[in-house]
This record gives sequence, structure tokens and C-alpha cells, in this order.
Amino acid sequence: MYRQSEIVNDPSKTSLLGDEGTDMIINVGPQHPSTHGVLHLVITLNGEAVKKVEPHLGYIHRSIEKMCESLTFRQFIYVTSKMDYLSSHMNNHCCAMCVEKGLQIEIPPRAQVIRVLMDELTRLASHQLWWGALAMDVGALTPFFLAFREREMINDIMEETCGTRLTMNYMVPGGVMADLHPNFQKRVHAFIDHFKRKIDEYDELVTDNIIFQNRTKGIGYISKEDAISYGMSGPAARGSGVQCDIRKLYPYEVYDKVQFEEVIETAGDCFARYLVRMKEMKQSISIVEQLIDNIPEGDFQAKTKAVLKLPKGEYYSRVETARGEFGVYIVSEGGTTPYRIKFRSPGFSNLSALDHMTRGQKIGDMVAIMGTLDLVIPDIDR
Amino acid sequence: MWSLQNIADSVQHWLYATFNPTIAMLIEFAIIGVLAIGLFSMLGLVLIYMERKVSAWMQLRLGPNRVGPKGVFQTMADTLKLIVKEGMTPNGADKLLFNLAPFIVMISAMVILAPLTFAKGFQIWDINIGVFFIAAISSLSVIGILMAGWASNNKYSLLGAMRSGAQIVSYELSAGLSILAIVVLSGSLKITDIIASQENGWWIFKGHVPVWIAFVIFIIAVTAETNRAPFDLAEAESELTAGFHTEYSGMKFALFFLAEYVNIFVVCALGAILFLGGWMPLHFGTGTKFNEVMDYIPSSVWFFGKTFFLIFVIMWFRWTFPRLRIDQLLNLEWKYLLPISMINLLLVTLIAILNWHF
Repeated sequence: MYRQSEIVNDPSKTSLLGDEGTDMIINVGPQHPSTHGVLHLVITLNGEAVKKVEPHLGYIHRSIEKMCESLTFRQFIYVTSKMDYLSSHMNNHCCAMCVEKGLQIEIPPRAQVIRVLMDELTRLASHQLWWGALAMDVGALTPFFLAFREREMINDIMEETCGTRLTMNYMVPGGVMADLHPNFQKRVHAFIDHFKRKIDEYDELVTDNIIFQNRTKGIGYISKEDAISYGMSGPAARGSGVQCDIRKLYPYEVYDKVQFEEVIETAGDCFARYLVRMKEMKQSISIVEQLIDNIPEGDFQAKTKAVLKLPKGEYYSRVETARGEFGVYIVSEGGTTPYRIKFRSPGFSNLSALDHMTRGQKIGDMVAIMGTLDLVIPDIDR
Repeated sequence: MWSLQNIADSVQHWLYATFNPTIAMLIEFAIIGVLAIGLFSMLGLVLIYMERKVSAWMQLRLGPNRVGPKGVFQTMADTLKLIVKEGMTPNGADKLLFNLAPFIVMISAMVILAPLTFAKGFQIWDINIGVFFIAAISSLSVIGILMAGWASNNKYSLLGAMRSGAQIVSYELSAGLSILAIVVLSGSLKITDIIASQENGWWIFKGHVPVWIAFVIFIIAVTAETNRAPFDLAEAESELTAGFHTEYSGMKFALFFLAEYVNIFVVCALGAILFLGGWMPLHFGTGTKFNEVMDYIPSSVWFFGKTFFLIFVIMWFRWTFPRLRIDQLLNLEWKYLLPISMINLLLVTLIAILNWHF
């Protein structure tokens, strides 16, 4: 048996037909409008129906895990922003938490609240971008611009406090890098007031649209058992009824003190995953609203040594990013740099279910399924 | 009063008075050809600019605003760029078909301009089967699209072309049936007769609910026939990159692009002629003061106003709706639009026989 990719690369088999004579093999990507990055999918088609999807990775592999081994425990956090660039706060957060676990640092309450606020704002920004991109995948171009209108406000808030708009590098071991900007509360209030009105507009434009519902309902079904066995996490798994919100299961920072619901849908199709994210945005708004007026006074950073040395041992911590469970596994030999680092990225496991979900669906559905999985390729390909 | 008809008539009189009839006719052909090509390219420029501005307005953007005042020359600059670009033919492509396809699409779009009435008495060819002619020629463009898709030796192009074939062939039916509704009411296939039959009110006002249904079905069907979103499956940017014209570049791509916009113009003009009275001003009854006031507006303004209104509606669709899937698209046609328009045609016939329309 040969792999499908070998057929594609073999010059003697460049005809339109695949091995069974009726199949057509198409390379989608690495440059393709709907893969949102350099993902390469080799799909086997029978007419319009998808028979098989084989993702090929490696086009944006930067060997981040290896690079981290030569960076100190303060430095390696900055590299992680470049993995899932839409949840860079959460990635930083997880790494900082893992180092704090090793050093047994208790971070001040103000830093905890700031971290949660930033996480939730990032989640909102990420879901907004996802919403626009999904609508673009199913053919509606306007929602993308509406989503960017709101996302721009979050980016401005981030820019004031963190100095950057995309790869924040704001979380450091012991707390956060700098205190909040004086305008922070005012601007977050303005954003929340604005976005609460606009999210209804989102529903009117896309959620209630009959064409959109036809394109997503019953498409890309994955059962609860399959979702678990593929290791799916985040909104993609919660659309199949899996309870997997790390914020609820293993609360970190102040997540056990705020009121919010874990959004679960049981239909397991694209529309369920869509609804999970839409409802999660409302939950995030509620978390931000609860915390924004209750930021405790005090230090934003615990006192730490200039050079961090993790005691010999193995440490793991996890957070819920916008895409699912993100984990950091650090093996320390007691030095200033990690001996080995492994990241558990949500996108990788979610992508592995793509083949299962797309079998027998149309090629247009595959695009919608990929949209609802919310893939960020640098997260899959570290 | 100044009108396009007077200009056309005086040019014709002068030609026939100066030259012998054969030469005069040849000169007329040449003038018409130049005018048709001029109109074709002008429509392309205007409609692409309009699309960009409409989409910008709907998407919180400014749209083109650098080249010329308000960016009106942006399309011109883009066309220039496309002209100087190399028109590549991919390896393994069927060279003849690949290079022929854009011209078939363009010519079929251009020929349909012939029976359209742009203003009172201003028409290239008043053929007695005008509506039928338009329906027949507009379905030729699918040959060009299929040729482009097949000859490109590209799987995306092939998929796009096959989708387009299925789509255009099926939506032709309900478009044809809704055109027939008006033909039944006005009793003629000739464009001038159809417009003349709307002198005391447009069909959309005179024809009761069945004509409204026919109008809605017509708009849906022509949107699909011109491969516009939400029925842009032949191009389906997020699925097939660019569908049937993935491999085209330079002017050959531009011809596809222009043909798309001219097709939109043609179908919207047809919609305006059939349902909204073409160049006929807004009339209620006969001989009222209101009609006289309306007559002061030139007929070409009426025609282009109605056509561009319909074009705006079709653009509005594109920037609002998600795309259908291929099976949903065919279901919509064969399960809903076609049966409805058949029953509707019967209703319209009943109205026409019993003289229930105003």
C-alpha cells in the first residue's frame, strides 16, 4: 500500500483519477483560502463527496519545543505567544502557571484577576475572528468585517496595557508584566456595552440565516465517544456533549469564584459547535463584567528571583484556551533552562478528527467543518 | 424633446441619404459593433466600481478612493494591469479550448445586448422572438464555462465547471417559466410589444400575486444563472479557490470577469423590461396628470434606473447571504422553484384568459 500523498507526487499518476478509477485526489493547500494558514490536506473525492482527508503538517514547523530547551524559564514564555496567536494570553498564562507551580509561588490576587480578565478578552477576540472566518468559509463575506470592528476594540485595549496587539507576552512567572493602564476599566466597559448590542446583530445576520443553518445543521457529526477518543477539547468537543472545560474541571486563578456556565450542546454537528462558541462569548462577557469593577488593589507581580531555577522534577499545567485544552509539560533537571518541554495543543487533536467528520460529506461541508473546528495552524504545527 | 431615438434616426437618415443602401448598412453595422463593445467595457467598468462601492458600504469600508476622484478610475487601472499581464496557458491544458473559452463567454454576453431596448425606440435589433432569443443565447455561456473548466487541466476548475453546468441548466428552467408568465400576459415575445403592453401600468402592478411570485422566482433564478452569490458555486472562493477560472490570468481572466458583470446587466435589464416596464415611465391608468409628469423624465433614465436598482438588489444578496451547497442548490430548483413556477404559469394563464389583470 502506498500513501495518497505518494500518488500525488508520482509523475506517472498525474491523471485526474485516483486509484479506484473514480476517485479524484485534490491537494487543498498549503495555499488555500479556507485553510486559514499553511495546512495541506490531501482529499480523495468521489464526485463532490469526500472519501478521505489526510492532513499534512510541517509547513510552519518552527520547532518551538526544542527552542524552549535553550531558553530560560523567563524567556521561553515569549515564544509560546507565536503558537496559537489568537490565544496568546492563555498560552503565556499556562506556561507562567507551570513555572509558578515548580517554584511554588503564590501570585497576588490582583495579578490573578488581571490574568482572568485578559484571558476572557482574548477568548472574545478569538471567537469574534472565528465567527467572521466561519461565515467567510460558508460564503458570506460581510460578517468578517463586522467581527473585525469589535475585535479592533479589544486589540486597542490590549495595546494600551500590554504594548502589543497580537502576541502579548504579558504574563510572566509571578504575575503580569506591568500594571493595567488607567484607561483599562473605562475602555472595557465601553467595549462590553458596544459588544452586547452587536452580538444580537451577529445572531440576526448569521445564526438565524436559513442558508447558514442548512449548511451547518447535521454536518460534520461526531459522537461524544468519538470526540473523547480523538482527544478533542474545547468548544469543538463541547458541541458533542463532552464536559471538558478546564475552567470548571480544574479551576485556576479566580475561575472558581466567578459565576459562569459551561456551555454544552449535544447535537455534535457544526451548528452545535457554532452555538457553543456563540454562547461562550456571552459567558465571557459575563465573567468580564463580574471582574472588571472588582479588581483588587495590590501588587501585580509577586517577588521572584532574577534567575529562576526550577527544582528537579516534572510539572504540568493546563488552561482552557479559545480552542480547547492547552497543556505545558516541563521536565526540569534543576537548571535555569527546561530539560524538555512538551505542549499539548488543542488544535492538533481537533484536526485529527477532521477525517472522521468529513467522510461522506460534500467538499463544501469540509470547509464548514474546518471552520467550526477553529483551526490555527501555528498551534497545530509548533 | 431630446431622446436617443431622435439621434439614432437622424444618423440613419443621414447615412442612407449619403451612401447607397448596402454601404450605409455596413457602416451601421460597424457603428453598432463599436457601440456594443463600448457599452460592454463601460458596463464592466461601471458595474465593478459599483460592486466595490456597494460592498464597501455594507462592510464598513471606504472602497477604492485613491485613483481619481472617489476612486472612479480604479477599475480602469486594474484593467490596464490585467492587459499588460501575461496570459499564461498551463502545461497539459487543451490550448485551443482554453483560449477559446473566454471569448465564447464574452460573445454570448455581448450578443444578448441586441434585442434590449435601452430607451424609447432605441434598440439594435427588434427581433420578433426577442425574449426567446435572450433566453437561448444566455444559456450558451455555460459552454464556455464547461470548456474553461475542462481545458484547464485543473481539478478545481473541473469541479467548478461541472457545478456551473448543473446549476445553469437547471435554473434556466424556472427563469424561462417566469419569463413565459409575462409572455402569456402580454401575448408577444417581441420586446417592444411587451413594453408597449405596460403603458397603463407595469406588469408587477397589473398582474396580481402570480406576477410577484414570477418576479421573485425570476430574480432568484437569474442570480443563480449568472453564478452570483449565494449561488456562486462555480467560483466558490473558499472551496475551489476560483473555480472554473482558476488557471486564467491577464486579459483572459478579465474577459470572464467582464462577462459576468455584463450578464448581470443583461438579466437585470430583462427583469426591468418584463416586470417593471423597461423604459416605460411609471403610469397609472391612461391620460392622467400623473402620467404626463412622469413622461418628462427621459425614457433612458427610467430604463437604466430600474436596471441598476435590480443590479443593486443582486449585489445586496451577494454581500449578505452565505453560499448554498451544490445539493441544496439543486433541491431548491427542482423541488421548490420549478413546481411553484409551473403552477404559477397556470395561474397567470388563467388570469390572462379571464382578463382579470388590470
